Parts: sequence; structure tokens; C-alpha cells
Amino acid sequence: MASQAYSKKVMNHFRNPRNLGEMKNPDGMAQVGNPVCGDVMRLFIKVKDKKISDIKFQTLGCGAAIATSSMLTMMVKGKPLAQAKKITKKAVAEALGGLPPEKLHCSVLAADALKEAIKNYQNKG
Amino acid sequence: MKKIYLDYAATTPLDKRVLKAMQPYLTEKFGNPSSIHFWGQEARAAIDQAREKVAKILGCYPTEIYFTGTTTTSDNLAIQGACWAAKKAGRGNHLITSSVEHHGVLDVCQALEKKGFKLTVLPVDKQGIVDPQEIEKAIKKETILVSVMYANNEVGTIQPIGEISRITKKKGVLLHTDAAAAIDYLDLLVSNLGVEMMSFGAHKFGGPKGVGGLFLKKGVKLEPLTYGGHHERGLWPGTEATALIVGLAKALEIAAQEQKTATRKVGRLRDQLIKGVLTNIPNSYLTGHPIKRLADIASFVIEGVEGEAILLHLSDQGIGASSGSACTSGVLKPSHVLTAMGIPPQLAHGSLRFSLGKQTTQEEIRKVVKVLPGIVKKLRRMAPRLSR
Repeated sequence: MASQAYSKKVMNHFRNPRNLGEMKNPDGMAQVGNPVCGDVMRLFIKVKDKKISDIKFQTLGCGAAIATSSMLTMMVKGKPLAQAKKITKKAVAEALGGLPPEKLHCSVLAADALKEAIKNYQNKG
Repeated sequence: MKKIYLDYAATTPLDKRVLKAMQPYLTEKFGNPSSIHFWGQEARAAIDQAREKVAKILGCYPTEIYFTGTTTTSDNLAIQGACWAAKKAGRGNHLITSSVEHHGVLDVCQALEKKGFKLTVLPVDKQGIVDPQEIEKAIKKETILVSVMYANNEVGTIQPIGEISRITKKKGVLLHTDAAAAIDYLDLLVSNLGVEMMSFGAHKFGGPKGVGGLFLKKGVKLEPLTYGGHHERGLWPGTEATALIVGLAKALEIAAQEQKTATRKVGRLRDQLIKGVLTNIPNSYLTGHPIKRLADIASFVIEGVEGEAILLHLSDQGIGASSGSACTSGVLKPSHVLTAMGIPPQLAHGSLRFSLGKQTTQEEIRKVVKVLPGIVKKLRRMAPRLSR
């Protein structure tokens, strides 16, 4: 099991996830992953003055899935959309102090969810 | 915080009595059992006694007991050994096993298939039981052996080995069983089981890691897998680990003596745990056979949560358990056992296994029943509400 391989930061975000919850009227929303592979993430964003003014997530998944979701929201909250769009899964994993190699795919979920949520917001016009 | 270990199916703590029996052979009685002098004789005698002890408990001849490194190495020796011997003698090239075997059996069978043998992997029913009729149907002229585990380590289901042996005997094929999970709780008499080969490993029943046993019925020919000496009649060459072998025999002796009491006591606690979980956690389900199951295994699938996440929270509360979810597997695939039983991947991800032991107390079970619902609730609240 990977738990000993999880860094202190990962365990911190797993135990106390930031920005957890649902958003009533999000400006952008996305759901990525699927239950067959075990991870599902729903991401909600509120946009004001081209910045992510608020962000919330819900995740069904393992320690890495929950931690990367939490870290991602922390990294992009308050940031301009253009900057947030560029967040990579590598950046999220690095911010967490690294992830065990078999868990890196969990960080893909978070980065993809953000891109989708921003796209969703932009398509709304 | 008091720590609660509930992963006995993964490994067990070394029994103090076993450690005591082993100690002289880790210290002053260090001789090589093959040496002619006194030090050698002393070690040789210890191994002979260990072998006799094991044979008595299994109800077989000492010459039918071999000491190896682990259950897995015993599985390899039994299955590969029998298959290569049969091929050498021109006696068939087909083997049969079940879809819920431990990797120590399944991987061996699949490796032999790649090397030119024919393999049949039989399905199981929803509760994990192999149908003896299916085995009978699958046996053909070229079949060398059938390998079916005694009891499953993930979900606890006990296989009808006795019934299967009547079929294999009728058809003249070998029957091997991986008994790793069964030693503390099930009948160990090989004549009752009707098997020609049986594997087990000491660390699952209070013995040390690094030593396993193989019952090999007289007259069954095995090709050795490794070379280098006469040890274990040429089947497991290498200087014997006297201390480990002594440990295995002592642990088996204790397991046999305590079996009746253990099965009753542990079974009762297991039932309390099962009741506690199913009652207090909505949409949780027991996996494996409800009655034909090992006394120590309480395995579940819980909807709407992921296994590793549950384990991490349990660990924070001092509780150690395990899971068959993809995220805990290292290969990102859910447990093949749960899949073979028809459990869909979404549900397999919420798999949770508690395996109890002789040291487990009622207090510990109460604590688990108390904290688990809260953990599940917390994780379910964190997840998106998904439409079916």
C-alpha cells in the first residue's frame, strides 16, 4: 500500500482537504474520471474579473486523489484564469512534495478537471 | 492511542513460544545440519524433530514433508515440479485451477501456459466457490493436476476440497491445495482432504517469515526447480534455516492445539464485526460465502467510498486493515478475486477487509464498529453525488 510513501503534505491535504464542497451557482463546472477506475472529481469555479474568485471540489477516490484535488484548488484560488489554465499535474504533485509513481495518474484528474471547468465557463459566454 | 491490528491474513505476529523454541538455533546451536560433527548433528536432530512434528499434525509420513522458503515457493515447487515431471515422462500437458487463487498459484499456472502447457482457469460463483462438477468436466486425458486453494484469503470462502479430491482420484489427476489461509482454523489431516500436495507458510500462523512447508504424497514425482544440493531430497537445495524450520513446527503445533478454541472465539468476534458493519453502515455488503467462510475474515464492499481512503483514516485511528481496491493494488486493477465473484469495479473500489487473530479482543471490535461509520460518512460527504 502506498500510505508510507505519501509525504506529510499529501497526508495533510488528505486529512484536512481545502475547499471541499458543492457550489450552488458555479460559473464553471466539470466532472472527470469515472467510477470504473475508482476516481471521480467534480470541480466548481466562480469567476470574477477574469480571476477564480472561488473554487470547490468533491472527490471519490484514494488518498492521492483527495490530496491532489485539495492542493489544486489551493493553488489556483484567486489566480487569473490565464495562469490557472497552465497548471500541470506535475506542478500539483511537486507542490505536494511528490507522489509515488503509481499515484501520479491521480494528479491528472485534478489538472484535467480544472481545464474542463474553465472551458465550461468560457463556453457559457 | 491503542493500536488495533486487523490484518492477520497479511501476516501474524511471532508467537512468544515460537521465538523461545527458535532462539537456541539463532545463537549457540548454529551448526550446519549437513556437518558430521556435533554442531551439525544437533541442528540435524532439530530439523528431523520438526519434520516429525509437522507430519504428525498433518497425518502423513515425515518423508512427505518438505521445508521451503514460503507458501509461494511451495506452490511453485508443487505446480511447476509436477508439470515438468509429467512432461518429461510424456504424461500430459494440461493443468486446471480456479479464478480466485492467490498469485502464488495463478501466476505459476500462467507462466507454465506461456511455456507451452494448456491451462483451464475455472470460474467461481458469486460467493467464490468452485463447482466440483466444473472441475470434473474440465479434466481430460492430458490433465496433470488441479490446484484449488483450501480457503480464500481475501473473502474467506472455503472450497470443497474433499469433494474435489474424490473427483481427482477417480480421474487419476493430482490435487494440490494452497492452504496458507487455513492453518489456524481448518482440518489439517491430508487424508481427510485427499490432496497429493499442500502448501503453507509459517508467518500466517504465528511462525517466522521466510519458511514454508509442502506436503508431497509419496510416489508423486516433482522436477526440482533449483539446484545445488541434496537438501530436502533435492527439492529445496541450500543450507537449511534450522531456526526457521523449528519455528514453523512449533507454530504449527500451537495452531493445531488451539484450533478449536480459536475458531470458536475468533469466529464469534468476526460475526460481531460483520453485524456491526452491516447494521451501522448503509449500502455495505459482505463478500464471500456467508457460512462456508474462515473464522477470521470479515470482508466487505462499501458503496460510494474508496478502499485506500478508508484504510488511511482507519490507520489514523490506530486500526490496521486491508483492501482489494485498485488504488491499493499497485497495478491499478481491482482484486481479481472480487472481479471473479462478479463484483463490478465501482463496488470493488470500496472493498475493505478485516482479518482477525487469536489476540483480537471484543474491545477492539467494538472500537472498529464505533469509528468506521463516521469514516464512511465523512468520505461519502466528500464525494460527488453520482447518478446510477
